[in-house]
Amino acid sequence: MSSHVKEHHGHEHQPLGGRVLTLPFLICATLVAIAGVILFQRYTQGLAAASNLNDGYPWGIWVAIDVVIGSAFGCAGYVIALLCYILNRGEYHPLVRPAVLASLFGYGLAGLAVLVDLGRYWNFYHMMLPWYAQPNSVMLEVGLCVATYTLVLVVEFAPAFLERFGIEGLRAKLNKVLWVFIALGVLLPTMHQSSLGTMMVIVGHKLSPLWQSQMLPVFFLLTAILMGFAIVVWESVMASLNFRRPMETPVLSKLSGLMLVVASLFVVLRFVDLIVRGQIGQIFGGPQSGWFIAEMVLMISGLALLIPKANRNRSRALFLAASLLLAAGILYRLNVYLIGFTPAVGPWHYFPSVKEIMITVGVFALEIALYLLFVKKLPVMHAVHPEHG
Amino acid sequence: MSKNMMSKSRTSVSRRGFLRNAVKGSAAAAAAACTTVVAAPPEANALVRPPKPLPPDAVGLLYDSTLCIGCKACVTACKEVNHMPPDVGPAQQGWNAGGGGQPIYDSPVELSAKTLNVIKAYSHGTGATKDAAENGFAFIKRQCLHCADPSCVSVCPVSAMTKDAKTGIVNHDPSACIGCRYCVLSCPFGVPKYDYNDAFGEIKKCQLCKQQLAKNELPGCADVCPTGATLFGRTEDLKAEAKRRTALKVGEYTHFPRGDIAGKVGGPRSGHEKLVEAAYQTHIYGEKELGGTQCLAVSAVPFDKLNLPTNVPENGYPTLSEGIQHTLYAGMIAPATVFAGLAYLAHRNTKNHTDE
Repeated sequence: MSSHVKEHHGHEHQPLGGRVLTLPFLICATLVAIAGVILFQRYTQGLAAASNLNDGYPWGIWVAIDVVIGSAFGCAGYVIALLCYILNRGEYHPLVRPAVLASLFGYGLAGLAVLVDLGRYWNFYHMMLPWYAQPNSVMLEVGLCVATYTLVLVVEFAPAFLERFGIEGLRAKLNKVLWVFIALGVLLPTMHQSSLGTMMVIVGHKLSPLWQSQMLPVFFLLTAILMGFAIVVWESVMASLNFRRPMETPVLSKLSGLMLVVASLFVVLRFVDLIVRGQIGQIFGGPQSGWFIAEMVLMISGLALLIPKANRNRSRALFLAASLLLAAGILYRLNVYLIGFTPAVGPWHYFPSVKEIMITVGVFALEIALYLLFVKKLPVMHAVHPEHG
Repeated sequence: MSKNMMSKSRTSVSRRGFLRNAVKGSAAAAAAACTTVVAAPPEANALVRPPKPLPPDAVGLLYDSTLCIGCKACVTACKEVNHMPPDVGPAQQGWNAGGGGQPIYDSPVELSAKTLNVIKAYSHGTGATKDAAENGFAFIKRQCLHCADPSCVSVCPVSAMTKDAKTGIVNHDPSACIGCRYCVLSCPFGVPKYDYNDAFGEIKKCQLCKQQLAKNELPGCADVCPTGATLFGRTEDLKAEAKRRTALKVGEYTHFPRGDIAGKVGGPRSGHEKLVEAAYQTHIYGEKELGGTQCLAVSAVPFDKLNLPTNVPENGYPTLSEGIQHTLYAGMIAPATVFAGLAYLAHRNTKNHTDE
C-alpha cells in the first residue's frame, strides 16, 4: 500500500479559492432568479400557468429531465464510492469528493424539482408516514430511497465541511462510522435507479415496445452507472480546463475502460431484449424508431471511440466519448419517460413551454452555481502537488 | 473482493485478462437472465404476480351503446350529484359576459377534473345510420371502469387511491394525495384527471356515486338514463346481461331493464321492450381487458373505433411491475444481504483510508 500512504498524508484536499462572483456564476444566478419568478406563478395559479403539462402527459420535462436524468447525473458519487471503497481501487480516491458533491446537488435538486412538480406538494411528507405508505407503489420505494440517499450524501460530504471549519473531533467520530453510510450510498442508488425503470413498466402499451420491457430496471441501472462514469470524466476534464489544473488523464483512462464495458453490455442487452420480445422489427420504420436509432448511434459511437486503447489516454477523445455516452443515456431516459410514451385515449400533445424549460434551466443553473461556490470555498478538489504538475 | 484485487503486484496484463473474463461472464449471465425474464410464460415467471380477482359483490355499470340516444342526461346528473362545475368546450365559449362572467353552458368534450362522466360520439362518412361503423354514428360513455386490478391503486405512494374490498369501487382521498399524477400517467383507460389551472388542484375521477349508493340511491348516470343504456348492478349480473345482449339477433324483440338490474337500488323501475336494430359485437368491453373491469360496455361498432384501448393484455399491468418489486424486495432479504456485503467491504476498505 506504499502508493496509498503517499496519497493519504495530511490535508490532501484544498479549496480552489479565487473570486466567487465570476461571469459564469452571475449568469447562473440570473437564470435561477428567472426560474424563481416563474415558480411564483406556478404556486399562485397552478401548474398550467408555468407548464404545458396535461392529462395526457401528466409528467413532462420536470420529471423526465430534472428528476430521472438529473439523478443519473448524480450517480457520480455512487460509481466512485463503488470503485473506491467497495472494490478498493484507491487510485480513484482523488475523484471521490468532487463526485459526492456533484451527486449531492444532483439529488438535492431532483428532490427540489419534485416539489415544483407535485400538484399537492403540501402533503409531500405523507410519503414518510408509515400509515399512508402503499408498499406496492414503485414510487414510494423510489421516493424514500432518494430522500434517504440525499441524507447519506450529506453525511458522505460532511468531512469536507468539518475539515474546513476545523471540527476535528466530530470528523474523527464520523470517520469511524462512515463505512455504514458508504455501504448505504452504494445500496440505495442501486435500488432506486433500477426502480426508476420499473416505474414505467406499469404504463404498459402506452410506452412503445422499443422501450417497454421487464428489463427496464436493468437498463436504468446500467445507464445510471454509465452516466455516473461519464459525468466523472466530463466534470474532471471541465474542471481541469476551467480551473487550469493538470488533467487527471491516467485515472480517467481506467474509468473509460469501465465505461466501454457498461456501454457494450447495454447495447448487447438492448438487442437481446428486442429479439427475445419479438419486437426487433420495430427498429425499422416502427413509430418512434428514429429516436431508438439516435439513441443507439450515440451509444455505439461513444463506445467505439473508446475501443482503441490510445484514445483512452487522450483527454479530447475521452471528453468526446464521455459526452456521447452521456447524451445516449440522456436520450434513453427521455425516450422511456416522454418520447416513447403515447397517452391512452387521445389525441394529446405535449411540448414543454418556455416557462417550463426555464424552470429546468434554473434547477441546473442552481446546481452549477452551488458547485462553483463549494469547490472554491471548501476542500473538495484534490490538492495539486508540484511533483504531480 | 478477493485478496488479489488488493494486491499491488498484479500486472496490467493479468488485470486486463481478469476484466475481459469478468465482462464475458457477466454478459453471458445477463443475456441468459434477460431471456428468462422476458421469454418465460406468465405462470412460470417469478417476475409476474398473479392477477387479482373481482370482489364477489363488486358493483358497476353496463353501458349499451345501441340503446344510448346521446341525450347526455347522465352528464348533467353526474355534475349535479357530485357538485362538479361546468366544463366549457373550446367551441362553446359564450359570446357575451353573461352569467357574471362564469361559464353557464356545460359542454364537456372529454373527461377532465371538472367532468367525471362524458358521452362521446363516433361518426364516419355520411353519418346517416345509428350504430353503423360505415357511414354511421355511435355513442360511447366514458367514466372510471373500476378495474379488478387497478394500476392507479398500485402506483399511489400514499394510499390516496384505494379499492373498496366489498364493492370494489376505486376511491380517491384528496386529503392524502400528494398530486404526483402517477395515477393519471398509469391508468390504461385515461380516467383520473388533475386540475392544472388550480393552484390547489385535485385528482378527480368517478367513484360510482358511492355517496348515493350509501343512501340506497342509484349513481346519477344510471338514475336518469331514459333508455337503460346505462344500467347499474352487481358486475356478475351485468356480465350475464351483456352476454345475453351480444347473443341477440337483429330483429329480435326483447326486454331492456332500467336503473338497477336487480331492481333494488333506487327502487324497482319498469324497463322497456325494443327491437334489436343493429348487430351487437361479440366483444364485451371490460370482460377481459387488463384483468377485467367492473363497468362493462356492449356496442354494435367495434370498440377501437370508439377510441377505447383494445389491443391490451388480459392481465393488469400491476402484475408486471409488482411482480418485479415483490421478487426483488421480498421480505427485504435481498437488499439486506447486499447491504451486509457492502458494509463488510466498506468497513474493511476504509480502515486504510485514514483521511476520509
